[in-house]
Amino acid sequence: MDFEIGPGLLNESVLWTILWSDVLIFFLVGAITFFILSLKKNPQNRERWQQVFSTRLGMSSFVIIMAYVAVALVDSVHFRKALPSIPAAAQWQTSEQVFYSNEVNSLLDLALGEMGEMPERTYSAPFALKSWNKENLLLPDGERVRDYPELAFGGSHLDNPEDFSRDIVVNSLLGIAKGLAIALLFIGLHAGWLKKNGSGTTTLQWRAGWITFAIIMAALGWLVTMGNLYHVLGTDQAGNDTLYESLKGIRTGVLIGTLATLITMPVAITLGLAAGYFKGWIDDVVQYIYTTLISIPGLLLIAASVLLFQVWINNNPDYFEVGLEKADAKFLALCFILGITSWTTLCRLLRAETLKISQLDYVHAAHAIGVSHFQIIKRHILPNLSHIIIISFVLDFSGLVLAEAVLSYIGVGIDPAMASWGNMINMASTELSREPAIWWNLCGAFFLMFTLVLSVNLFSDLVNDAFDPKTKLEAA
Amino acid sequence: MTTALQDNPTEVARSTTEQAAATAEKSLALSVNKLNVSLRHAPYMPILQDVSFQLRKGEIYALVGESGSGKSMTSLSILRLLPDALKITKGSIALPDTDLFSLTEQEMGAIRGKKISMIFQDALTALNPVQTVGQQISETLKLHTSLSSTAIRERTVELFAEVGIPEPEKRVDWYPHQMSGGQQQRVMIAMALACEPDILLADEPTTALDVTIQQQILELIKKLTHSHKLAVLLITHDMGVVRQTANRVGVMYQGKIIEQGNCGDFFANPREAYSRQLINSLPDMDDYLPLKVQQPLLKVEDLAIHFPVRKGLLQRINSYTKAVDGISFTIGKGETLALVGESGCGKSTTGRAILNLEKVTAGDIWYNNLRLNSMSRREMLPLRKKVQVIFQNPFSSMNPRMTVGDIIEEGMVSLGLKLSRTERIERIEALLARVKLEPDHRHRYPHEFSGGQRQRIAIARALAVEPDLIICDEPTSALDVSIRAEVLDLLLELQRELNVSYLFITHDLSIIPHIAHRVAVMQGGKIVEQGNTEQVLNQPQHEYTRKLLNAMPYVY
Amino acid sequence: MLTYIIRRLFYAIPILIGVNLLTFVLFFIVNTPEDMARAHLGDKYVTEQAIQDWIADKGYDQPLFFNAAAGGLDSLTETVFFNKSVKLFAFDFGASDEGRNIRSDVVDRMGPSLALALPTFLIGIWINITVALMVLMFRGSKLDRFAVGIFVTLMSVSYLFYIIVGQHFIAKISRLVPVSGFNDGIDGWRFLILPILIGIIAGIGAGSRWYRSLFIEVSGQDFARTARAKGVSEAGVLFRHILPNAMLPILTGVVVVIPTLFMGSLVMESFFSIPGLGSYLLDAIRAQDFAIVRAMVFLGSVLYIIGLILTDISYTWADPRVRLS
Repeated sequence: MDFEIGPGLLNESVLWTILWSDVLIFFLVGAITFFILSLKKNPQNRERWQQVFSTRLGMSSFVIIMAYVAVALVDSVHFRKALPSIPAAAQWQTSEQVFYSNEVNSLLDLALGEMGEMPERTYSAPFALKSWNKENLLLPDGERVRDYPELAFGGSHLDNPEDFSRDIVVNSLLGIAKGLAIALLFIGLHAGWLKKNGSGTTTLQWRAGWITFAIIMAALGWLVTMGNLYHVLGTDQAGNDTLYESLKGIRTGVLIGTLATLITMPVAITLGLAAGYFKGWIDDVVQYIYTTLISIPGLLLIAASVLLFQVWINNNPDYFEVGLEKADAKFLALCFILGITSWTTLCRLLRAETLKISQLDYVHAAHAIGVSHFQIIKRHILPNLSHIIIISFVLDFSGLVLAEAVLSYIGVGIDPAMASWGNMINMASTELSREPAIWWNLCGAFFLMFTLVLSVNLFSDLVNDAFDPKTKLEAA
Repeated sequence: MTTALQDNPTEVARSTTEQAAATAEKSLALSVNKLNVSLRHAPYMPILQDVSFQLRKGEIYALVGESGSGKSMTSLSILRLLPDALKITKGSIALPDTDLFSLTEQEMGAIRGKKISMIFQDALTALNPVQTVGQQISETLKLHTSLSSTAIRERTVELFAEVGIPEPEKRVDWYPHQMSGGQQQRVMIAMALACEPDILLADEPTTALDVTIQQQILELIKKLTHSHKLAVLLITHDMGVVRQTANRVGVMYQGKIIEQGNCGDFFANPREAYSRQLINSLPDMDDYLPLKVQQPLLKVEDLAIHFPVRKGLLQRINSYTKAVDGISFTIGKGETLALVGESGCGKSTTGRAILNLEKVTAGDIWYNNLRLNSMSRREMLPLRKKVQVIFQNPFSSMNPRMTVGDIIEEGMVSLGLKLSRTERIERIEALLARVKLEPDHRHRYPHEFSGGQRQRIAIARALAVEPDLIICDEPTSALDVSIRAEVLDLLLELQRELNVSYLFITHDLSIIPHIAHRVAVMQGGKIVEQGNTEQVLNQPQHEYTRKLLNAMPYVY
Repeated sequence: MLTYIIRRLFYAIPILIGVNLLTFVLFFIVNTPEDMARAHLGDKYVTEQAIQDWIADKGYDQPLFFNAAAGGLDSLTETVFFNKSVKLFAFDFGASDEGRNIRSDVVDRMGPSLALALPTFLIGIWINITVALMVLMFRGSKLDRFAVGIFVTLMSVSYLFYIIVGQHFIAKISRLVPVSGFNDGIDGWRFLILPILIGIIAGIGAGSRWYRSLFIEVSGQDFARTARAKGVSEAGVLFRHILPNAMLPILTGVVVVIPTLFMGSLVMESFFSIPGLGSYLLDAIRAQDFAIVRAMVFLGSVLYIIGLILTDISYTWADPRVRLS
């Protein structure tokens, strides 16, 4: 889906490109916000969330997760830049026809400045001024030597290589200061808002949230500033900036963690509820479906489905205008397939819980006052399943992010055209065995992935503690 | 099940008074001094405050109170087994020669099970399900004695015989789930007695049991108290149990012992208002409701409900569990029929069948000449207004995610009462006032209310659609004793005012005179006896009715 | 008991039929053999004849379900569905796209897979349970919280990272063991020890955490309190009461996995060049050899269902309350 927007919004005219996964992620964020707001109505739920955010760990990990989500969202607004019109061609163009670049950019690229557009020839180490490999160089005096060539972009602003360390210190401080300034502005606004609207005695750990936010902003400020001057994490084999690639991988990671569960959640909820509530033959059918799906080893089912989808894409290339659209379709298919293999667990849990709830007195009471099946499910059963849905959503997230790496290694994961940590780690396995070892590619992907998965795991532990009735009993 | 240990209630009462007189000479076994317990993370929230009492040998000290009053925490403090969230802040607990709080954890291990042992409320969960009962008793013996393994087995069999388990030789090798509830509790008692302890802590030992079994277990504990010279701490919420078994009583309220004394004196002359309330919660068996003669509103004829049992390779139905097996009764307009029986006798199934929530195997249910049991969900809809229900557990009978107002309103909407939104709200507020709650409680959620208040909300929900018949499925048995009377009085008041009929399902004979005009006694899916309440209770015809009546706690 | 097992085996049949139908739909209807031939033969410039030859060679040229031309019983058997799907029930996996006999390949490769997967699995469980029990001893203390933190951290590290880093430091830099390879017989341990070690370490975080929360749940039950009230020491409560009662959920998670161990580990085997079923499958996926993938899907389901039945049988041994009928 493309929308043409004339000049004015940005300096040059751009073609807004909306990928299917962009639509889904914005829809999803909307849905989650709505869901959380609707949960707020019930005091019990509010209490539970309060419990989560009354711990420093809960608040900090949530802020980190939100930072990732924010990056993913910013990276989901895509457009194609207009190509500069060629004067020669303009002569026989009647209307103001504009051609657009084949490369799809996102708002994140704008925010990161030049970072994505500083390609080198091949590998270079973090903060290096020179390439990793020797090349044949033609010196100004005409002599040919074999040496490490200077990088085209990394540190190219330096007039004199001896300024290197001073430049790093100055720009680091500058970057951090910029980040902190923005952070302080927001924190100040929020603190002021709290003072005006807050009830005063709150147990929520805002301070932990602020500190985390300040640290993230400082880090971002530093990375963006330095990333525009040097290759902070070096470059990969094709000369792309590793830091940029890792940051672009955030969108893939966050999307795979959320979309895979959410695409199939309606199926799991509908089937699980129907089986547990109506019992009888519906239950038999649903149980048969999920037992069959469970009994196929997950990895195999995923591999088989992805392979088949790949065949389909290759045989139908006309559907996709640019490479990224093809990669996006493959990516969505992967999310869907991952969802298909993981909905069974949720479905089984929901079925069991529905069976239990529909035996409770308040459901009997609802039958006795003549409430219809639909209303009973909507008002009495579904709201009381929400904790299971939340817990399984949060728990699945980190598993899916980790699974992506393994799938990409096997060759049934993310399309190489799309930045993903899995692909980076996958390449790193051979790079490490080079002499000397190239370690930075692994580091970039590993660090961002680890931070995300760790925060989600910690957060999901807290959510689980707050929402699981079993742990409630233990505390009583 | 043996009945050998059963006594006649009048004898029980006499022997209790004799013991009370002899109390003074008994020697001290354990003293609790100014015990304070609080939450670990909130020390300003006391769970126990300055609790002091003494246990003497050969004597039963009853600690009475309602749920949450701190009585179980007292007994767990004695064994130093409080949950992690709680902490002892002050006070001491001492045996005649040792201060329990000065012992190391290892030394304490030598006291537990050897000098002080404990039995718990629910024997099935308190026993390890994957060990035989014999193994569990031998474990205690192995820990605290140096007997050989053959001697241990002999001793186990001996203990089984002593606590009245038939075929002890065979049953030591059984697993807990193979035994009945009463036998499981006997196993617990045998385990507690294994090392001849001085002190026995019994935490609601009979609450989970049916009345007839309850009686037997209490008699056993009493007998063992004398024969083993045990000092018993009996924790209970049931004044009838106290009256029957205890020598001395302590009343616990909000973490404090507010009154203690000899059992006889206490019942004759309670000092605190709360104690009087507890004692008055015991039924008065002389006050019967006047009979009403009315045309029948509900008629149940030869009702049978059978559940299939599937077995074998093809899961064919090869037999049926006869939950309800051909029962007949009628309920008149404005009348209450009590359906009495022990757990599993089919009384709740009957209630659900009248609500058309259970498939009827045979027989008919007539409501004003309309046959309910063949109706579809849709046909039943207009009649749902007429027949309503109140459930036992006030915590599971309301959706925790709906406000009280929504809960009461739901029936009015779904049953198509032609009311505007404002009229409905007026009605909800009136109903809440009617059940003695505040009108603006409609904005709150169920968990903000106590058990008794919730049960009143449930009554309001039933009344909202102006029914003629309300099925009350054990509406008071999950409530604390002091609240029971309030709820029963409210039900009576509503009956007088609105002329509703009740089918009152209960296992508790003691509340029947107060509430029911007529009574039907159920056993094993059949009604064994029915008639006017006064007649059935005073001149029981069937042997099972007599047995139930004998097991009932009396206060003379 | 026997009745129960027979019934369970009966139940397995519709499920296997379901698996079969699903794979058949995926492999022959969503994508036609022609699509596969194109994918396999690569370029768009391939001739129609080459595609037809490929299809005929693999036996995909028969009608899908019903062969009207063959007549009689053959009209059902001379079909793709019968030859490629129904025959799987007899463990007749046919030939791979390269022409090798899949069944004999599978049989050959089960050994190496098992040699890697079984020790990883058994030692892994043993270590996880031991660690969880040790942590449980210090329940509620700082050490406990610290350990849980470590578990969560270990869990958050990608499996691939463990392998890559482990292989790099232990095999390549320290040269303690060979980087990869496999050898039959006793001598093979040198090749296996590193992947086994990495497999165990990668699983410790999630495993120990799961067992810990399981044990905590069981230790909150009434019988544990009864045992303490009897004077049983904390260790005694743990080993005599909590552990046996935790067996049921442990078995639920563990027994079902045992048969699927035959399938090996895709990633581990390919990193360490172990000629097991995992790397076989991975090669098949990368070469888009659908015949092998199809066979493995079926085999995996059969092993899983065997695992389910074994789980139920193991219950009767772990819990006297469970009686199969």
